[in-house]
Amino acid sequence: MGKVLMKGNEVIAEAAVHAGCKYFFGYPITPQSELVAYMARRLPEVGGLFLQAESEVAAINMVYGAAGTGVRVMTSSSSPGFSLKQEGISYLVGAELPALIVNVVRGGPGLGNIQPAQSDYFQVTKGGGHGDYHTPVLAPSTLQEIIDLTEAAFDIADRYRTPVILLGDGMLGQMMEPVEFKELSEREPEQKEWATTGTRGDGKPRIISSLELNADALEKRNELLQKKFALIKQNESRYETFETEDADYIVTAYGTAARIAMNAINKVRKDGLKIGMIRPITLWPFPEQPFIETRDRVKGYLSVEMSAGQMVEDVRLAVEGRAPVSFFGRTGGVVPTQEEIYDQIIKLAGGVEV
Amino acid sequence: MIMKTVFEKTSGLTDNQTHYCPGCTHGIIHRMVGEVLEEMGILEDTVGVASVGCSVLSYEYFNCDMTQAAHGRAPAVATGIKRVLPDRFVFTYQGDGDLASIGIAEAVHAAARGENITVIFVNNAIYGMTGGQMAPTTLVGQKTATTPFGRDGSIQGLPIRVSEMLSTLDGTAYIERVSTHDVPNILKAKKAIRKAFETQKQGLGFSMVEVLSSCPTNWGLDPNESLDWIKDNMVPAYPLGVYKDAQKGDVR
Ligand SMILES: Cc1ncc(C[n+]2csc(CCOP(=O)(O)OP(=O)(O)O)c2C)c(N)n1
Ligand code: SF4
Repeated sequence: MGKVLMKGNEVIAEAAVHAGCKYFFGYPITPQSELVAYMARRLPEVGGLFLQAESEVAAINMVYGAAGTGVRVMTSSSSPGFSLKQEGISYLVGAELPALIVNVVRGGPGLGNIQPAQSDYFQVTKGGGHGDYHTPVLAPSTLQEIIDLTEAAFDIADRYRTPVILLGDGMLGQMMEPVEFKELSEREPEQKEWATTGTRGDGKPRIISSLELNADALEKRNELLQKKFALIKQNESRYETFETEDADYIVTAYGTAARIAMNAINKVRKDGLKIGMIRPITLWPFPEQPFIETRDRVKGYLSVEMSAGQMVEDVRLAVEGRAPVSFFGRTGGVVPTQEEIYDQIIKLAGGVEV
Repeated sequence: MIMKTVFEKTSGLTDNQTHYCPGCTHGIIHRMVGEVLEEMGILEDTVGVASVGCSVLSYEYFNCDMTQAAHGRAPAVATGIKRVLPDRFVFTYQGDGDLASIGIAEAVHAAARGENITVIFVNNAIYGMTGGQMAPTTLVGQKTATTPFGRDGSIQGLPIRVSEMLSTLDGTAYIERVSTHDVPNILKAKKAIRKAFETQKQGLGFSMVEVLSSCPTNWGLDPNESLDWIKDNMVPAYPLGVYKDAQKGDVR
């Protein structure tokens, strides 16, 4: 197909179409509005449907309805809108419905601004809505990676009957990069025996519900959900490492922050310092393995984030106190510079001898 | 002795026993919806959406595929279903707290879009399930758990007349308000429900039947007094009749 120059938000949209998603319900919010607009134009071309909802609350509930019929369906938003979707996400988890929810994060709290941020980490990884739950969260750091992860997100959603979050930020959404898509193949939509499509002679009515009034029965359902989360944890954790084998210190970052940190690490390596990198690709499940493998031999970790320090908590849990974990972050939509991160690494590693 | 079946339970409802209080007309409304689905032969092509409120368990009672929606969101959930399956029948079953309060935006916009769905709107002028608090439809002067001195318009605002309001929207195709307080009205109610589903069948757009219903438990009245209360207090505040019939041009 060859490379095309595209904006991140549009890459997510096209990747979803490639993954067989034909239904999109959304509501505009910067910095992800191009995704909504792209779908409005694109989905009719593949016999799908785009609908602009009256609110994020309505959009996620339309997703809930559509997901119940068994199709691949998605919505997207940015932080304040994502907050509103939490009600529906909790219901999707409770009713075990697959869907893709994109969050192109911006600065907060409140109305904040429209600059890139990673300050929704807690909200996306710790549940966010009510009840005991997690949703798988995939965090690409390049536009090409968005293509693979969007498809992976739909596959995980279907495999485990769960909503999945694709987490970007304003930078990834707005930047342009050359990307390459595979040929669009006509996918046969998966038949889902639990889907409510009208009984049509196939027997007993099906019910999609998250309600269970009996406490013991609801506890059983929760236990089943927890088993599913454990399975996802076991099977779906993804990460990338860079030169961690000989590293004295390891920087860890995801998404846009990881791109910038990578440049800083390359520079530090040229200065002769042994610095490695762990880039979580799934934020939930958090990839503990590369930390377990390195924590007894490194002098420390540095978590770099576009937040006041959220992922650093999961890093500390994975490291279990066996090595010091420090943190560097910028907030409010400020993107850390390569130089800033470079300086932080130098400070941590105790300076460079030149 | 030859036994002749003179009456049978509708196949539109399951055999589950409903949990409604004695004298509550939710049960009658369920039966009418079930009968209409059966008579139209569309049970197997229907996906219903249960809402939050006393009818939260209605997915256990309707004998068709059912989805349970969050409080107030049923019209959005129904939109999602209907947009994927335009040839199926999709209905929501919602109380007044569900539809006219937390879910008013979803109801107004589904109506405005002309979603080809049917809304069964059960107006009992109170929140039943949570213990009798004020609803948007609570009458002026009506005592509820949260209007212990009676609803005062200057403090709690004035009731919302949903049928009147939604019938002003171009997307609505059929809107009628009916009541359950006596047999002639129940028969009319069933006709209206049938008409609403026929409207959906013809693809004309949003249809809604607002059904005045009783809540003996939270009104603090016995079942008979409750039916009188509907007739004497609710009907004057919520006039019955067809508010919109797109086939005939606007009625009111
Ligand atoms: C988000 C949310 N807020 C509040 C509730 C609690 N709640 C359950 S039912 C209900 C009122 C339902 O009243 P109505 O729709 O009039 O139905 P009825 O019980 O009278 O049939 C409320 C407030 C809820 N379940 N979810
Ligand atoms: S509380 Fe009221 S509305 Fe609910 S079942 Fe009882 S009588 Fe009916």
